[in-house]
Amino acid sequence: MNATSANVAAVEKVGFRDVDVYYGSKKKAIQDVSLSIPKNSIFAIIGPANSGKTTLLKCINRTIDFVPSAKVEGQVAVDGVDVSRLRNVFSLRRRIGMVFPLPVGLPMSVYDNVAYAPRMSGMRRGAELDALVEKCLRQSALWDEVKDRLHMLGTKLSGGQQQRLTLARALSLRPEILCLDEFSIAIDPVTTMKIEDVLLELKNEMTIVLVTNLVQQAHRLADYTAFLNDSRLVEVDRTEKIFTEPAQQLTYDYVSGHFG
Amino acid sequence: MATAEVVETGVTVERDTGSFRLGEWLIVALIHVCGISAILFVLAIFAFVFGEAAPLFWGDYGFSFAEFATSTHWSPAHPTSPHYGIVALFVGTLAVSVLSMALAVPLGLGAAVYVSEFCEGKRKETLKIVIELLAAIPSVVWGFIGVMVMSPIIIHGLGASIGTNILNGGVILALMSVPVIVSVGEDALKAVPDSFREAGLALGASRWEIVYRVLFPAAKNGLLAAVLLGVGRAIGETMAVLMATGHAVQIPTSVLDPVQTLTATIAAEMGEAEQHGTQFRVLFLIGVVLFAVAFVVNLTADIIVKGIRGKQND
Repeated sequence: MNATSANVAAVEKVGFRDVDVYYGSKKKAIQDVSLSIPKNSIFAIIGPANSGKTTLLKCINRTIDFVPSAKVEGQVAVDGVDVSRLRNVFSLRRRIGMVFPLPVGLPMSVYDNVAYAPRMSGMRRGAELDALVEKCLRQSALWDEVKDRLHMLGTKLSGGQQQRLTLARALSLRPEILCLDEFSIAIDPVTTMKIEDVLLELKNEMTIVLVTNLVQQAHRLADYTAFLNDSRLVEVDRTEKIFTEPAQQLTYDYVSGHFG
Repeated sequence: MATAEVVETGVTVERDTGSFRLGEWLIVALIHVCGISAILFVLAIFAFVFGEAAPLFWGDYGFSFAEFATSTHWSPAHPTSPHYGIVALFVGTLAVSVLSMALAVPLGLGAAVYVSEFCEGKRKETLKIVIELLAAIPSVVWGFIGVMVMSPIIIHGLGASIGTNILNGGVILALMSVPVIVSVGEDALKAVPDSFREAGLALGASRWEIVYRVLFPAAKNGLLAAVLLGVGRAIGETMAVLMATGHAVQIPTSVLDPVQTLTATIAAEMGEAEQHGTQFRVLFLIGVVLFAVAFVVNLTADIIVKGIRGKQND
């Protein structure tokens, strides 16, 4: 149960210390979670529905602020800085890319979807933007399918394409942390594999936090895996250890499919 | 016994299906009638208004369409040489409508954004109720406010000689259009899925950047509809403008000049016009003009919306 023991050696990128999250006054979405997410790793968070996985992600970039009833206790730190003390939450969010479970093509062209955030942070030169948009679309394995229709409305793409567009948009600010919340539930297996390959490359540049229902996806990709159940952290360790000799019986049951 | 049962069951089933189909058919027919009735009403009203105006063109009314369309001289009640020039009235309507929209569109859309995006809970509910109340104020009350409240303010504040003028009518009409724009605009913004807002927030956009770059494009059809309903209200409003604009036929040179609008002319003169006389029919012709204006506004909106869509389908 010692959350940090497994990855003491690595440099911490995101740290949770004794974090509790309440929705309203009664419902506890997260109870006493401590986690350390090492830099340049893929860190998977697995667990059944409603176990608090998405809530954890929202704490990192503080989009949880927009759930009116939510209250966070404890400390969430990025690069050792408590995010609740940050004055400029917008610059924090620009350092963190976020991909949601269902694709969200914003109501603008494919190109503008990717160029949206860079433009907001002041990138105006056409050539520079063009290059960035192409790079992000290539990284999200979408370029070949959209390169001839960059000015089509992004919401007209298919679900799988929109999800890759969302990924390209998340990459557009060259984030330090990339959070993926069940990114593959709306896309086909072939595309999923393509994106998984991309993620393995991207981890050289950034820290990736992967929330997933697919235990095998965590197994394939993650360096570390945390298992959440019923809003509590059951176990966190190197992925091989979680999948071969977990410390908790509950973890073993979950990863081997005997859960419940 | 067994046979009887079978027969009975058979009959029952048949009757059930029959009555079910009849009910279904009735409901479908009723819905058709409801749908078509809108078209029928519009056609009937147009036929009636146009029918009353049409004899001007072939009967012996001493009416010249050229004068109607180009003259600024409107003196229908003159005993010997009445004039029926619509230009000054048209300009009056245009001036009041443009001014009121210039005030109401920014105010209304701003309020819609505020109610939908920047306030919550009690304040939001209170605001919505108050705005709906504003929409429920009868237009004659607005006209009264124009005459009794706005007029002295304009005379003392701006030194105008007459307090009922374009400015007065424009402000009153703006206040009347704002609630329409706010409630339709707020619905349009509310219809944008929250996932769009979340995506924008996660990219580090401020709330205003989300409104401007994400919500406006996503809700543009609804927002355009809101603005057009406001325009429609401004052009069609009668009682309040009759009271607040001063009702003087002239081409205005400043916003402090009184004007007379198309709608106010119909309302003020219909009662005195001789049934089926020239003035009576000319007033109906003004009705036809108002019809045409409304049609052009709606058509323009349609073309704009389709234009936006077409561009995106490239």
